[in-house]
Amino acid sequence: MVPVQTRNAAAEANRRRYEELRSIGQGATFDALPAATERGAAPIAAASLIEEEEVPGGWYTTTRLRRREVLRLLDLTGNATPALIAWRVGDPAERMNLADTVKVQWSAALRRGRIVLSDMGRVMFSIVEDTCGAHDALVGGSGCASGGTGHRNTRANFVAAAGKLGLDRRDIPAALSLFSPVSVGPDGAFAWQQERKASGDFIDLRAEMDVLVAISNCPHPLQASGPERSRSILVLRHQGFDYGVSDPCNNVGAEVVRAFARTNRLCK
Amino acid sequence: MSSCDPAAAILDLVIPPEQPWSAVVKRGQVLRIVDSEGQQAVDALFYRADDLAERYSAQDTLREQRNAYIGIGTRLLSSEGRPMMTVIADTCGRHDTSAGCCSCESNAVRFGEHARYLHSCRENFLLELAKHGLSKRDIVANVNFFMNVPIDPSGHFTVVDGISEPGGYVDLRAEMDVICVLSNCPQINNPCNGFNPTPIRVLVWDQRG
Repeated sequence: MVPVQTRNAAAEANRRRYEELRSIGQGATFDALPAATERGAAPIAAASLIEEEEVPGGWYTTTRLRRREVLRLLDLTGNATPALIAWRVGDPAERMNLADTVKVQWSAALRRGRIVLSDMGRVMFSIVEDTCGAHDALVGGSGCASGGTGHRNTRANFVAAAGKLGLDRRDIPAALSLFSPVSVGPDGAFAWQQERKASGDFIDLRAEMDVLVAISNCPHPLQASGPERSRSILVLRHQGFDYGVSDPCNNVGAEVVRAFARTNRLCK
Repeated sequence: MSSCDPAAAILDLVIPPEQPWSAVVKRGQVLRIVDSEGQQAVDALFYRADDLAERYSAQDTLREQRNAYIGIGTRLLSSEGRPMMTVIADTCGRHDTSAGCCSCESNAVRFGEHARYLHSCRENFLLELAKHGLSKRDIVANVNFFMNVPIDPSGHFTVVDGISEPGGYVDLRAEMDVICVLSNCPQINNPCNGFNPTPIRVLVWDQRG
């Protein structure tokens, strides 16, 4: 039996360390995040573009990125709210984990400079460019019951997308909804902030491991939705930019540095 | 407050600190989880007993109630949008379903590589799920009963001191036959267990008394 005094001392030490990490995570680390990307900035050179697809409202697509390739999603109308899930090539049991993503970074507000973690404590994506800074890691996409009869929904899209990748219902993790400004009130109530999104918003997700991706382009369940046909997105795969020593993501806080170190040990 | 009488329970057991537990809870039965000593997080997953690919979905649950926290009246929905459990009594008032479960891997990232070699909820889930033919790919975002994770308007997301009192409890009515999998959380690096994991108690009634 560990004496009570020793146990209490250990608990107090752990509490102090937690408060210290929290203070840095929500203070200095938060303040060090890079500014949002300007709309229209960071053009992709023709030689860098690997793949381009326009996905109409209601539909989905799948793609595969090699490590260091970048997935750009571009909202052509200001109405799109694409939802995204991902798995590691070679072991799809390792997949996007939003709970760990927001817990480890002390923030549910994903934006430029943040990372998206897998369930194995490794970095799947880093958000190297982002004009919007308002993405939803809590509510996710539409489900079977959303949208009414005759409307496509994200749950069904993901079941179909997973099937085409050789995966099934057991493999669908919580989804990240992009360009989806969901706020949380003091009582926990969600609200939609349409003014935080606009036509031309884009995000660049740099793959930090080889990944399989499924994207569903349906209305967000909290959004007052327009006609599906006016919600097209562009999905582009490109070679990315060389940020050199001013990389927007790989040095933002001790947690992120450790996550990159773990990732780099697996993915040379 | 609930009127269920512990003497009438068909199951009444203590889950020691850091340990997992699972059982089938049938439609109409009531599952009570008691935070015996207070401030003890309990991680929970639910699977439909006759179709294990249908399982608890945190995002469906939050979407339909349009609120970030779980409390009385919350219907815990499945990946197919169907109610699995309903919160019918709750002395605590706030439970989380966005922070996930602790793991050796996330502990290593959050607190340093030394924290990798500490027991965690994901270890518990892996061992308990294996009894039902399930594996890591079946671990989805879970419920954290008695865990207090406020999300502020700037997005700051923080596990803070629990507000559940010793002897506090939550009652869940099963809306379908489910396999309920619990992990009595072993975390000692954040306040979810008051930095000191303690026992919990689980009771099941055939119907609400």
